[in-house]
Amino acid sequence: MDYKTVLTTCAYCGCGCGLYLEVLDGQAIGTIPSKTNPINEGKLCVKGWNIHEFVQHPKRLTKPLMRKNGALVETSWDEALDYTVSRLKEIKEAHGSDSIGFFASAKVTNEENYIIMKFARAAVGTNNVDHCARL
Amino acid sequence: MVGLAAAFGSGAMTNSIAEIEDADCIFVIGSNTTSSHPLVATRIFRAIAKGAKLVVADPRKIQLALKADTHVRHNLGTDVALLNGMMHVILKNNWHDQQFVEERCEGFEEFKQLIDNYPPEKVAEITGVSADDIAKIAEYYAKAEAASIIYCMGITQHTTGVDNVKSLANLAMLTGNMGKESTGVNPLRGQNNVQGACDMGGLPNVYSGYQAVNVIDNQTKFESAWNAKLSDQIGLTIPFMLSGLSEGTLKALYVVGENPMVSDPDIGHVEKAIKNTEFLVVQDIFLTPTAELAHVVLPGTSFAEKDGTFTNTERRVQLLRKAIEPVGESKPDWEIIQEISNRFGYEMNYESAEDIMKEISTLTPSYGGITYERLQGDGLAWPCPDKEHPGTKFLHKDKFARGLGLFHAIDYQPPAEVVDDEYPFWLSTGRVHVHYHTGTMTRVSPTLHAEIPEGKLEMHPEDGERLGVRQGEKVKVASRRGEIIAKVILTDRVDVGVVFMPFHFVETCANVLTNPAHDPIAKIPEFKVCAVKVEKAA
Repeated sequence: MDYKTVLTTCAYCGCGCGLYLEVLDGQAIGTIPSKTNPINEGKLCVKGWNIHEFVQHPKRLTKPLMRKNGALVETSWDEALDYTVSRLKEIKEAHGSDSIGFFASAKVTNEENYIIMKFARAAVGTNNVDHCARL
Repeated sequence: MVGLAAAFGSGAMTNSIAEIEDADCIFVIGSNTTSSHPLVATRIFRAIAKGAKLVVADPRKIQLALKADTHVRHNLGTDVALLNGMMHVILKNNWHDQQFVEERCEGFEEFKQLIDNYPPEKVAEITGVSADDIAKIAEYYAKAEAASIIYCMGITQHTTGVDNVKSLANLAMLTGNMGKESTGVNPLRGQNNVQGACDMGGLPNVYSGYQAVNVIDNQTKFESAWNAKLSDQIGLTIPFMLSGLSEGTLKALYVVGENPMVSDPDIGHVEKAIKNTEFLVVQDIFLTPTAELAHVVLPGTSFAEKDGTFTNTERRVQLLRKAIEPVGESKPDWEIIQEISNRFGYEMNYESAEDIMKEISTLTPSYGGITYERLQGDGLAWPCPDKEHPGTKFLHKDKFARGLGLFHAIDYQPPAEVVDDEYPFWLSTGRVHVHYHTGTMTRVSPTLHAEIPEGKLEMHPEDGERLGVRQGEKVKVASRRGEIIAKVILTDRVDVGVVFMPFHFVETCANVLTNPAHDPIAKIPEFKVCAVKVEKAA
């Protein structure tokens, strides 16, 4: 049995509580609040205490999907990425950079948001980038 | 955020969460803090235990209202009137901080003239709050040594959202409750990294660190750092991207970790827009209702499967650390984008999230001193301009980010949609304590699902009696945009004539009903007010 706890940051609301994920043989099995985190000081809310439950849920997407004959079907990364890039290129060439829009995300990391907006601005050439701050 | 930026020069929570517990008065308006930000509510309870006064302004009798010294239930969408009424009382009694106003602010005279027009008796008529209560909460707030304002989407999700925020800024400046411990104007951000997504330039008008895309120096700086030609045209916000899709001017949409098919107002309109998209890519961890409509779905990873940082509502940048391997063939979102970019012909060679943060800190002044090494421990609150800087606990200490704090003279305007004979109920929307946003994370969690498995409509028992609806029975709720069927909870949490619906549930999707009318500046839709009719379902 391989058991470990990993200190990380809660992904629900904007409080940003510190917590340890309990991991047993590669499975997230529990959550422990961090006592030293300056925001939650050893406490968590009902969502935080149960955050490990959604992580490896059977409904998680495990493979890229592509629409073929009207239905979404599993495919390889190579096919999904190549198709995505070819469609984005076609649309950019036919209708210009500003015919493409991006939703960045309040759920992913700072680094990921930065990369999304860099891709939109530097590679595609559009400032059509927004996320659900307003929602 | 736009409202705070206009008044102070920076759009973020001015003070830290820990400071709240040492305030002498806490004014909570448009935030159901115990439900949506429980660990901030903890600080409010501690402050009460230390003797602080709690004032709650909320149309619903939320849990915090039960602990409040005074709870006022103003009519939906009348926040500006209520705040102007409070400031009228404060000025009339000379409870304002004249020195602070003179030394630190501008625009006071025009503001003061406007406030003259809001005597408590007139405000009582607009808001439904008695003149006595208006005077009382004004006194609590103004006479406190350190008073802290806490607000959330109940303030911003209105057609007058920016006006509401500017009015709160007026109130704080008027009483000198800015730039010191346990004071300030404190927006609680709803999502874990909404602050970070804004900081990183996930917005149509700015690069990271709020550097405007239409300022030539910023454009040149990023062009040389990124080795690319950049556009100086401000991009489209989400509502305009959606109408662009409907009209066919926007052809492709790339969505990362968002679910507009549940989260956006007037879902009928959103669905039409999304279905009209020539090419839709959705990158997410679950097959959300939005992903179901995509042409390509790319599996990203959850917070547990990657390294990186989140920035919380008090501007604190904190680490997340990989705990488990990615589920199935899923990949961290930054790796997916990097692979797409490389295939697209724009090269990216990051080896880790930390690598990306190194680039962010060189190009983003407020993150200049942030490194993974320094984030071990308590994290760092921006502005943190260099490697020696300890981070910033509260903003605007000796001077506002914009120099002088700016008073705005703001008149009350009614909501975009008001009740009438055909649609006689006010509908407001919000969260419940066990669920989160569109429910994709919480509704698959057995423990949380067991607590609240479905979305129900809150209605006052008197209205229930009048409509012949009993506890738990089904009603049809309709607005000018659509209709849904939901069970009712008869409760005096809402007032007579007002109904409330959580927005987490796709089967009883409150956003089928809500009004996409939005604030002219911030473009925030008016989720918190629309008119509906309710009848017993057949």
